[in-house]
Amino acid sequence: MSENGIGSSVLRKEDFRFITGKGQYTDDITQPNQLYAYFLRSPVAHANLISVTTDEALNSPGVISVYTGRDIDASLPCGWEAPTKEGTPSMHEPPWPIFAQEKIRFVGELIAVVIAETVNQAKDACELINMEYEDLPAVVSPQKALEDGAPSIWSEIPNNLCFEWEIGNKDDTDKAFEGAEHHITVNLKNNRLVPNAMEPRSYIGNFEEGKGEYTLHTTTQLPHIIRMLVCTVLGLEEHKVRVISLDVGGGFGSKAFHYAEEAIVTWVAGKLARPIKWTSERSEAFISDRHGRDHVTKAEAALDKEGNFLAMRVNTIASLGGYLSGSGPAIPTFFYGPLIPGPYKTPNYYCDVKGVFTNTVPVDAYRGAGRPEATYVTERLVEAAAEKTGINAIELRRKNFIQPNQFPYSSPGTLTYDSGDYDATLTSALSAINYDGYESRKLQSLEKGKVRGLGISCYIEACGVAPSKMTLEAGGRGGYYESSTVRVNPTGSITVFTGSHSHGQGHETVFAQIVHDTLGVPFESVDVVHGDTGRVPYGVGTVGSRSLAVGGPALMRSLDKIINKGKEIAAHLLETSSDEIIFENGEFSIKETNKFVSLADVIGAAYVPGNYPLDRLEPGLEETSFYDPPNLTFPAGAHICEIEIEPETGKIDIVNYAVSDDFGIIMNPMIVEGQVHGGVAQGIGQAMLEHCIYEEGTAQLINGSFMDYAMPRADNIPSMIVKTEVTPSLHGLGVKGCGEAGAIAAPPAVLHAVLDALKPLGVKDFDMPATPNKIWQAIQDAKK
Amino acid sequence: MALVEIEVNGKNMSSEVEERQLLVHFLRDDLNLTGTHVGCDTSQCGACVIHLNGNAVKSCSMLTVQANNASITTIEGLADGDKLHPVQEAFRENHGLQCGFCTPGMIMAAVDIIKRKPNLNEKIVREELEGNLCRCTGYQNIVKSILAAANKV
Repeated sequence: MSENGIGSSVLRKEDFRFITGKGQYTDDITQPNQLYAYFLRSPVAHANLISVTTDEALNSPGVISVYTGRDIDASLPCGWEAPTKEGTPSMHEPPWPIFAQEKIRFVGELIAVVIAETVNQAKDACELINMEYEDLPAVVSPQKALEDGAPSIWSEIPNNLCFEWEIGNKDDTDKAFEGAEHHITVNLKNNRLVPNAMEPRSYIGNFEEGKGEYTLHTTTQLPHIIRMLVCTVLGLEEHKVRVISLDVGGGFGSKAFHYAEEAIVTWVAGKLARPIKWTSERSEAFISDRHGRDHVTKAEAALDKEGNFLAMRVNTIASLGGYLSGSGPAIPTFFYGPLIPGPYKTPNYYCDVKGVFTNTVPVDAYRGAGRPEATYVTERLVEAAAEKTGINAIELRRKNFIQPNQFPYSSPGTLTYDSGDYDATLTSALSAINYDGYESRKLQSLEKGKVRGLGISCYIEACGVAPSKMTLEAGGRGGYYESSTVRVNPTGSITVFTGSHSHGQGHETVFAQIVHDTLGVPFESVDVVHGDTGRVPYGVGTVGSRSLAVGGPALMRSLDKIINKGKEIAAHLLETSSDEIIFENGEFSIKETNKFVSLADVIGAAYVPGNYPLDRLEPGLEETSFYDPPNLTFPAGAHICEIEIEPETGKIDIVNYAVSDDFGIIMNPMIVEGQVHGGVAQGIGQAMLEHCIYEEGTAQLINGSFMDYAMPRADNIPSMIVKTEVTPSLHGLGVKGCGEAGAIAAPPAVLHAVLDALKPLGVKDFDMPATPNKIWQAIQDAKK
Repeated sequence: MALVEIEVNGKNMSSEVEERQLLVHFLRDDLNLTGTHVGCDTSQCGACVIHLNGNAVKSCSMLTVQANNASITTIEGLADGDKLHPVQEAFRENHGLQCGFCTPGMIMAAVDIIKRKPNLNEKIVREELEGNLCRCTGYQNIVKSILAAANKV
């Protein structure tokens, strides 16, 4: 293993610009002649829009123009049609107009945009727009939205039910419950979250009149997809639109969707032939970035006398918000249902999901996207089953784990897990947290007047999204391959162009490690380019822990092509056949001889093809590849959380946290650990702090700022121990993906610790977030 | 409009500014010092932390005119020429950043913490970071970076 090669904790190439303030985020860019956009958003959640009067705003200083839904009638498309349960209607797919037309469906919906010479002028003018509307009763809870007589968000959609989706075998599952020794039921709410990447969304639309070309600078995770969608919405052609997303300050899913503001700044730039910039304020982000989670679930498990899982049955109501977001219908279906059986042998499984419109911000992928919701269901059921059967929760898990010799394993969730060793990660996590010393730590807490709890969560997730055939069959409307171009420059340095996108993950480093190892060129001579449709081959981008699992093999294919072409060139130079050539350590040599040419010689010949087989080989050394994976990858692992609670106040502290993950082969352990830390922090955020609160009736977001919405801070998060076990994925580079695991596994681990700690105080049930107030209340209620 | 004279990263500036302009916008929009970021609108996130007369402040929570006659250091002025400040170096060496957006504010806050607190430990660092949000790192490697830098400074 070389110092900068695969498997080393290589320090990141990208860091220098970030620690010196020289990163280039979209809001850092100012273009000549630039104008500024500011949006008027609906202050009400549900209303008939009667009129929007803009005359006064138009006459305000510095204002160039004002646009509303009267000026453009365009809608955001949905990228996923969930197939519906037999006997139920197809998924309803009402349009999401980029400006509200006759009806408003959530607080924050776009009403108008003011374009002015400065941001402040645009804001001042925005206050002069007069919006007349007729209030309608609003609904927040997806359960209430389903009831007869609930406010109707779409007149043509009965009971606000967008779709009903199912997976598994209902009859077999129901039958398995009939004779079962143990029947366990849990009722759960998966709290709605606001992703809150630290960089707010920001867009700059530009139009070059001479050539009729648009450029959109945007904070996106998926530049090519955004180009396609902007073109779809505005009726443009892709060759006339360039989408650039340079440095992006975190995404977590929320920047993977096409937002109306992107289309609008592009459209206005075309109308005015001037750059139009918009940057979200944080308060706007709370009511306009897509939200995550928001499920209500009843889950049941059937076990036999010995504690073997016989069946799982799940009914979930998922809030979709007021409109369908791009992958909104995918998250509570394809990314949720198939994973609920988890790492366990469960022969019978059935899950029914109702996707429901509510008067809230549309819901879509947020770190983990469906898989945190699935793991929360599975693990809460497992713990409840341990409680009910009296079998130790660790032993119950071990008894039901899919065993290493059972792979490939066809799960009743219709997935085929390719590899794993679930007990290995559980055992390693138990050892990392010093499980054997837990009882004595518990006694020490009691001596301090505190109660201590320990919670375990075992998870499996599906990453490396995805075989295109699989997603198309599940309702997706796009491919999920990835692309790369490797350009060997004439003087020997390498430029990699990847269709995937980094918004903190460290592609520039890890992809360079792979090139360095494969071609033997210095790590420093490799540059990775992403986030520019004008430079990068058509690709998908980064969601669902896919960059290395799908983008990695795309890169490797191009490198293989470079080496194969290099062998042909070397064979010509060495006057032998290419079968005789081997490539090692940057040299092409004839097998079992000391005759060789260097990579530099081959590059030289390729670009100055004097002595070159031009009759059968093109000059140059640049290759492009696309890779569509044959399967998903299946990271898995165990998290263990230890907490202390002060019963008098409900104050809760995480005192120990240990993780053991199986991410397959690891390219850069430092980066992987960092991903786990961040994911766990977001999981802890969901479990203990974060909760998007809408007022029922008005559907006003009550906690729409960092003053009100509890983001995890440094003193909320413990220092965690991170271990890894390795069972390589059986396809691609053997990697499985690590970006989302933390956010998936942490919430049930924390909740189990809370339940464990509160059990002696008589508390039997608890849901997220475990705030001191809720804990204190639960303790008081248990006393009654 | 008001006239302000401010020393920024060792250079004296004289500028006409709107009275209502926040200092962070003066730095970003007027001086093109875009390393100082805006991550919220309620003075919570700390992405805009700079040094004003040697102390860490959130540049979103004061007006440019309030900085008249002050001396300011931003992330762009922290390194000594090509030589990174030990805190910058520690963030790089300890993977104390991912997307990099909160990083300038974190580093400027960290320099101040190290200066004010002679005997740093993990608990103190975590408490002192109350005013700086990071969504990527889970803070673990930020804390590690600051403790590593404190040992060097």
